[in-house]
Amino acid sequence: MKANLIVMMLCLIASPIYGQAFRTESSEVSFFSSAPLEDIKAKNEEVIGVFNGENGAIAFVVQIKGFRFAKSLMQEHFNENFMESEKYPRATFEGKVMDYDLGKSGEQEVRVKGTMSIHGESQEMEEVGTFEKKGEAIMMKAVFPIVLVDYNIAIPKILFQKIAEEVEVTVYFKFVEG
Amino acid sequence: MKNLEVVCLVLGTFFFGVFGQLTHVMAQDSLLEQLKQEAPPMKDVALGTFKGTRLINGHSIMTRGAGNLDFMISHRFGRLNSGAYNFFGLDEANIRLGLEYAFTDRMTLGIGRNSFQKVYDGFVKYNLMQQQSGSKSIPLSLTWYSSMAINTFKRPELPLNFQRRLSYAHQLLMARKFSEHVSLQLMPSYVHQNLVPSREDKNDLIALGAGGSFKLTKRTSLNLEYYYRINPNKDNDSYNVFAIGFDIETGGHVFQLQLTNAQSMTETGFLPGTTGNFWDGDIHFGFNISRSFQLKENSKSW
Repeated sequence: MKANLIVMMLCLIASPIYGQAFRTESSEVSFFSSAPLEDIKAKNEEVIGVFNGENGAIAFVVQIKGFRFAKSLMQEHFNENFMESEKYPRATFEGKVMDYDLGKSGEQEVRVKGTMSIHGESQEMEEVGTFEKKGEAIMMKAVFPIVLVDYNIAIPKILFQKIAEEVEVTVYFKFVEG
Repeated sequence: MKNLEVVCLVLGTFFFGVFGQLTHVMAQDSLLEQLKQEAPPMKDVALGTFKGTRLINGHSIMTRGAGNLDFMISHRFGRLNSGAYNFFGLDEANIRLGLEYAFTDRMTLGIGRNSFQKVYDGFVKYNLMQQQSGSKSIPLSLTWYSSMAINTFKRPELPLNFQRRLSYAHQLLMARKFSEHVSLQLMPSYVHQNLVPSREDKNDLIALGAGGSFKLTKRTSLNLEYYYRINPNKDNDSYNVFAIGFDIETGGHVFQLQLTNAQSMTETGFLPGTTGNFWDGDIHFGFNISRSFQLKENSKSW
């Protein structure tokens, strides 16, 4: 009797902090921009995220220095001149996934609404993505544009042909419960 | 007694249960804050300690990423104090053309040809340590630099075999990026010349260089460089090298403009053989222009 109570008590204390929480097991954020002189692309695996299956709350953190470019000099200039990654080391998103049914299997189209913070600037945004339940894991994918001036990322005139004013961002998360 | 114990346990369970629910609610409010605290520290390498692979005359700790080819054009004009007739030195130009290839992110090999003394030079540069914080903490960057120069100038009065034409320089470059704006570098240096002007002159020279860069804007910086020679040859009219420079970076190019008392653009030349006195106006205007070409894209990324 006593032992049962203790176990019950421990169970309650140790109950997950945020209900049905899903964390990223693997994730990737990449971007692509097309400009007359050259295409610029980079990908980043230093991203973590959490998703609450009960209320749809979602958040992720991207380490800016984690973006890998094919050209190392481009990577240096991305961090030094555009993102100022020493001053703003992370980009974050916090928001809500609308109309997602956790019980349903297969691919579902969802709306994600929230606040994106990049380079010290925050913007409200609403984008469409897909959620897909695969066994225990939830796959999330979204492709959306980021307009650089919205986040106060300046492109010097001398480089205008090299860098587009809008970049296409692809976010891919694999969430598992825990 | 037994009942009391049970009551206590029930109350305790209830209390912790409610407490658990409370933290649950609180956590929901700051999902992002929680996540930020959980983010594992990453390898945070100090980037862009200097704009160029050269501080001014000498090398900086910077090496380019694997597969990068730098084409470098450097000039040192004549002396500013040579007057208007010489257009303040611009009539007379020394040029060095160089090619530098980064075989790995850490190792670069370079070759160059100088019009001054018709010197060919070759060097190897290896980045031993990178300043970083985060998952690993390293306070400074270290780069080893070794070069060899061959003086091919014709001197009919002096029989010169190949051996005598060679000279070598070795440097340990140490730099730290202190803030977004300030980077400093120390460079203990050693030069060996197979041929020196007279029997009394020493073949070996030890010097300590110090320099730094102050970033004015994201794309420009002001640089200083000074080499103090610890055991210079006496009675041979040579001076410590001083230079002040200005860098402009525009993506693939780095433009470095400078004023210096050195005419030579290789360590084996300017460390033992700088004959101008900066403070007397023996100043050469000069520039280094480097253009980067990525010959091999980093396959690990894409």
